[in-house]
Amino acid sequence: MAKITLRGLRHSYEPSPKGPEDYALKAIDLDWSDGGAYALLGPSGCGKSTLLNIISGLLVPSEGQVLFDDHDVTALPPDRRNIAQVFQFPVIYDTMSVYDNLAFPLRNRGVPEARVAERVGEIAEMLDVTDLLRTRAAGLSPDNKQKISMGRGLVRDDVNVVMFDEPLTVIDPHLKWKLRSKLKELHARVGATMIYVTHDQTEALTFADQVVVMQDGEIVQIGTPVELFERPAHTFVGHFIGSPGMNVLPAVQDDARVLFEGHAVALEGPVTGGAGRLEIGIRPEFIELAETGLPATVRRVADVGRHNVVEAVVGKTSVKLVVEGDVPVPGSTVHLGFRPDQTRAYRDGWLATEREAT
Amino acid sequence: MRTHNQKAWFFVLPVLLLVAFNALIPMMTVVNYSVQETFGNNVFFWEGLRWFQELLNSDRFHAALGRQFLFTGIILAVEIPLGIIIALAMPRKGMWVPVCLVLMALPMLIPWNVVGAMWNIFTLPRIGMLGYFMNDVLGVHYDMTQNPTAAWITIVIMDVWHWTSLVVLLCYAGLVSIPDAYYQAAKIDGASGWAVFRHIQLPKMKQVLTIAILLRFMDSFNIYTEPFVLTGGGPGNSTTLLSIDLVKIALGQFDLGPAAAMSLIYFAVTLLVSWLFYTLMTKDDEP
Repeated sequence: MAKITLRGLRHSYEPSPKGPEDYALKAIDLDWSDGGAYALLGPSGCGKSTLLNIISGLLVPSEGQVLFDDHDVTALPPDRRNIAQVFQFPVIYDTMSVYDNLAFPLRNRGVPEARVAERVGEIAEMLDVTDLLRTRAAGLSPDNKQKISMGRGLVRDDVNVVMFDEPLTVIDPHLKWKLRSKLKELHARVGATMIYVTHDQTEALTFADQVVVMQDGEIVQIGTPVELFERPAHTFVGHFIGSPGMNVLPAVQDDARVLFEGHAVALEGPVTGGAGRLEIGIRPEFIELAETGLPATVRRVADVGRHNVVEAVVGKTSVKLVVEGDVPVPGSTVHLGFRPDQTRAYRDGWLATEREAT
Repeated sequence: MRTHNQKAWFFVLPVLLLVAFNALIPMMTVVNYSVQETFGNNVFFWEGLRWFQELLNSDRFHAALGRQFLFTGIILAVEIPLGIIIALAMPRKGMWVPVCLVLMALPMLIPWNVVGAMWNIFTLPRIGMLGYFMNDVLGVHYDMTQNPTAAWITIVIMDVWHWTSLVVLLCYAGLVSIPDAYYQAAKIDGASGWAVFRHIQLPKMKQVLTIAILLRFMDSFNIYTEPFVLTGGGPGNSTTLLSIDLVKIALGQFDLGPAAAMSLIYFAVTLLVSWLFYTLMTKDDEP
């Protein structure tokens, strides 16, 4: 159990980094409270695994500090940090039984055998693998192997933080859901801080209380799943989270007004900042077909199950919107209404409107 | 009714022919010799199982078989652990990997009779570097043409020099196939270096090690060229391994019948040990 603080963390895999492009991680500052469930979300190569390995101690950062409960652990090796990590591919000691696999981290630390039996029993029961304890670990199915990997992390009662590095990659889709709810349940029962790394928005948003979105070695936004969805701080977050992602539309500023394809668009508040490329961001969920509004031509309609995704063209720009119920015919002319409180301006990618006080 | 297409037999035919000319026909010739006696002129007399009975009761055969097992046992006991140690010590990535691999592969590229000749010259007293060093610098009597111990040490070192690389390369291939996550997980689990070797590296190397031991067993059990060039089986009969003895009987004494019987027993022993070993090593693998 521990609070985790990252202070001015930078890391480069080059021996002598020159510019910012040599850094896999650029200036990370974070505070994670004890017992929380956090997710690190970002595309492949954004630095999230690097960050995880720095927290677990497998990697020593080029600059900055890692603090557990205000103790500097930056220089400590993984086995002295009391952390557990579950990897993308299940790590199983093939020659041992399931029981010995779960007991391994305890036995390495000289825990008495009676206590080992007690803990292994508890964990096996939590993971529903009690009847597998005597079998050889090598013959297990991938989801059971991954459960054992998790179990080896949870078996120690002194773990500060359990980290998951895309743990569901090799699991069949129908078992992913089961393991994910198991994880949630474990978090509630064990109470350890958990960090979950993934590039899958569904996994991140269902698991975590707070999601850290990363891109190119930088934190783009930290927030609850709802915050990330409703008020993305960067067009990247808007685009990365949600299906389909946020519409990012080119815009020009004309005094106080913001024009999109020649039409003035109402925003949630006044535009801040000075120069830079201006864009309008609005989620497809917040656009509706209206009597008046932006004239558009329907290009195509996709039925995605619960609703339809309509792609319409305004001027030269295509806009996606989610429509429930009746859908227009491709080729027809419609009018689009943007919900002003969900329409924002972004300057050079970053959020550039102030919400008006209500 | 299904019609059976007989064409498939034609596709099997080339393999069948190859195996026939490569193994079955020569083997049957040997079986044919092993039950007959000849004095030349292509005249043969039926002898039944006499050669087999004589051979199995012969002290000379027992001695050669014993020397053969001793030699194979020693080189396996040296090459397998040494190979594992070198493979563990080799770098996993970086510019030294190709250098190490090439250095390792070099001894295996040298023709076998050249290996024998090299070590022969190398260990000759006064002429060879090792021979000179042992005799004239250290003052130890080291002459494999007179001293059986020196002869044995030389053929063992020669084989270790020649073939440990094979074990190294196979083990190395097994080691580099272990994902980093295993080492990282072991670090987090607080495993000691020995535990990492015992529970991660050794199990992952098991299959390549099985192959390495099998290859080294078969090769060393059938070794001929290097000891023949190096010691010729001497001094006396002290390094007369099975294959050297076999050639002496077959070509030296021209006893085709006994030599054929010996070949078959030799083959059977090699096959039996290999089969036993392989079955034992793979019996608890997953189906």
